[in-house]
Amino acid sequence: MGQIQLTQVRKSFGEVDVIPGIDLMIEDGEFVVFVGPSGCGKSTLLRLIAGLEDTTSGTIAIDGKDATHLPPAKRGLAMVFQSYALYPHMTVRKNIAFPLKMAGMSETEQAARVERAAKVLNLTSYLDRRPGQLSGGQRQRVAIGRAIVREPAAFLFDEPLSNLDAALRVGMRQEITELHQSLKTTMIYVTHDQVEAMTMADKIVVLNAGRIEQVGSPLDLYHRPQNLFVAGFIGSPKMNFLAGAEAAKHGAATIGIRPEHLEIGAGGPWQGTVGLSEHLGSDTFLKVALDTGETLTVRAGGEVALRHGDSIALAPQVGKIHRFDASGKALA
Amino acid sequence: MARAQSPRRRLIATLAAWGVALTIFFPVLWMILTSFKTEASAVAMPPQLFTADWTLENYAEVWQRSDYPRFFWNSVFISIGSTLLGLAIAIPAAWSMAFVPGRRTKDLLMWMLSTKMMPAVAVLIPLYLVFQRIGLFDTRLGLILALMLMNLPIIIWMLYTYFKEIPAEILEAARMDGANLWNEIVYVLTPMALPGIASTMLLNIILAWNEAFWTITLTTTKAAPLSAFIASFSAPQGLFYAKLSAASAMAILPILILGWFSQKQLVRGLTFGAVK
Repeated sequence: MGQIQLTQVRKSFGEVDVIPGIDLMIEDGEFVVFVGPSGCGKSTLLRLIAGLEDTTSGTIAIDGKDATHLPPAKRGLAMVFQSYALYPHMTVRKNIAFPLKMAGMSETEQAARVERAAKVLNLTSYLDRRPGQLSGGQRQRVAIGRAIVREPAAFLFDEPLSNLDAALRVGMRQEITELHQSLKTTMIYVTHDQVEAMTMADKIVVLNAGRIEQVGSPLDLYHRPQNLFVAGFIGSPKMNFLAGAEAAKHGAATIGIRPEHLEIGAGGPWQGTVGLSEHLGSDTFLKVALDTGETLTVRAGGEVALRHGDSIALAPQVGKIHRFDASGKALA
Repeated sequence: MARAQSPRRRLIATLAAWGVALTIFFPVLWMILTSFKTEASAVAMPPQLFTADWTLENYAEVWQRSDYPRFFWNSVFISIGSTLLGLAIAIPAAWSMAFVPGRRTKDLLMWMLSTKMMPAVAVLIPLYLVFQRIGLFDTRLGLILALMLMNLPIIIWMLYTYFKEIPAEILEAARMDGANLWNEIVYVLTPMALPGIASTMLLNIILAWNEAFWTITLTTTKAAPLSAFIASFSAPQGLFYAKLSAASAMAILPILILGWFSQKQLVRGLTFGAVK
């Protein structure tokens, strides 16, 4: 089991309210990603769930039981840290076995579980090495191994891939997703990388300034952002926003259109000049300076041959315009 | 890029380093040489660095006249005992200051260090009387307690500096893994800080071994360590330099050997955290 419920959870450091009050339900077996810009309180929220920080007020229930004041060890959760946080003086085997030793498990059972975890994570041949002799990816796998041997109610990941290089990150991302599919244990994953959030999550929680902006499935957030913040945060490249007269035509204070929802072609209502074109092979990203002064990003096919200074006309795809009112809320 | 050094510059630097090292070491060398001289050549004017009549007589006489092993073992007990007791108190104290600092932790550290600036003689009479009253005067336990308290601020400061270098996330990981405070300190913090703890221990053993003020004033015979042994050779009837030198050489030899073998550890310990 691994159902986690937060009720009016608040955290302040001195006078500063880092988390002014959050309600959130995480169902058993879900892969939930907390995403948001730096300093939005996502790591603090994870640490509150872990028990590494005390809540200022509110309750945290794990599987229906109040865990607000339980120490980290008693919550039945395992955590993987950004810096791996391996014990440098212990071998990989001892690192993975440490939580089992703390739980007072017999040596034979410890050895069996360590072997099992090592096999799942391809660490068998590294068991007698120390963390210092491993690469970043291997270290992160040891950290995950240390988490899975305990068979916890839920896994907490605090930006676990930030220290890895880009190629390794994609590989580990898939490994963690596969691990979730095979273990079916609740996972809470903190990241500032919305690509990680989109690709891994069952449910994304978008945080901003300690508040939840929106909770939903990745596609739900992509297609139906509830406000300007979520619209701008989810999706890469960012959604384009237009205000003023153009927005007023659609009965909104601001309209948003994703780069992939703009068509290039004569007769489009938005005319401009190509400023920058980035050819990625599969896609071409164009920065277009509109005659009205705004800049739009366009995601076009890889074969588009437009260059700096070329004139261009753009049209939004039908039904793909997002409308927002003056307070930033999405209009139906 | 490192600054290029001309051979001349390097020669000057090397000579200067040797000059400083010899200046510091010279009194010890003089003492050792004197310990092998006769009393007459020890006080000869002008002073002679080397003499023709080398002798081991001083060592023999010092050995016969006093109970060197008793003083030696007292020194061992007192310096190791006070250091171990100090570590037992300082490790948890430094842990709390490094990992769960309060609003006043910095002030507390400064205050502790400031007690080292207090002249020891200011508390001599009260401590002397208290020790006599509660039966700690001239006991090993009394000296262990006194020296432990004297050196505790330094032990805590040193350990605090080491502990600050250990990432807090590793201790948090231990907490998540089910370690209670005791397990966290025993299985994770202490092994990780072992080089720091070792150099703190060595430095404190040396400080306690060389401490003379308290060890001489708070003992008479039973618990007197090697510092008192040296002092006992400055008799009222006059100073016998050769014998005094022999006694001093015998007193510093054990710690000199310890220091020599552990100098790498000590230097690392004293400069730890200086450069990140």
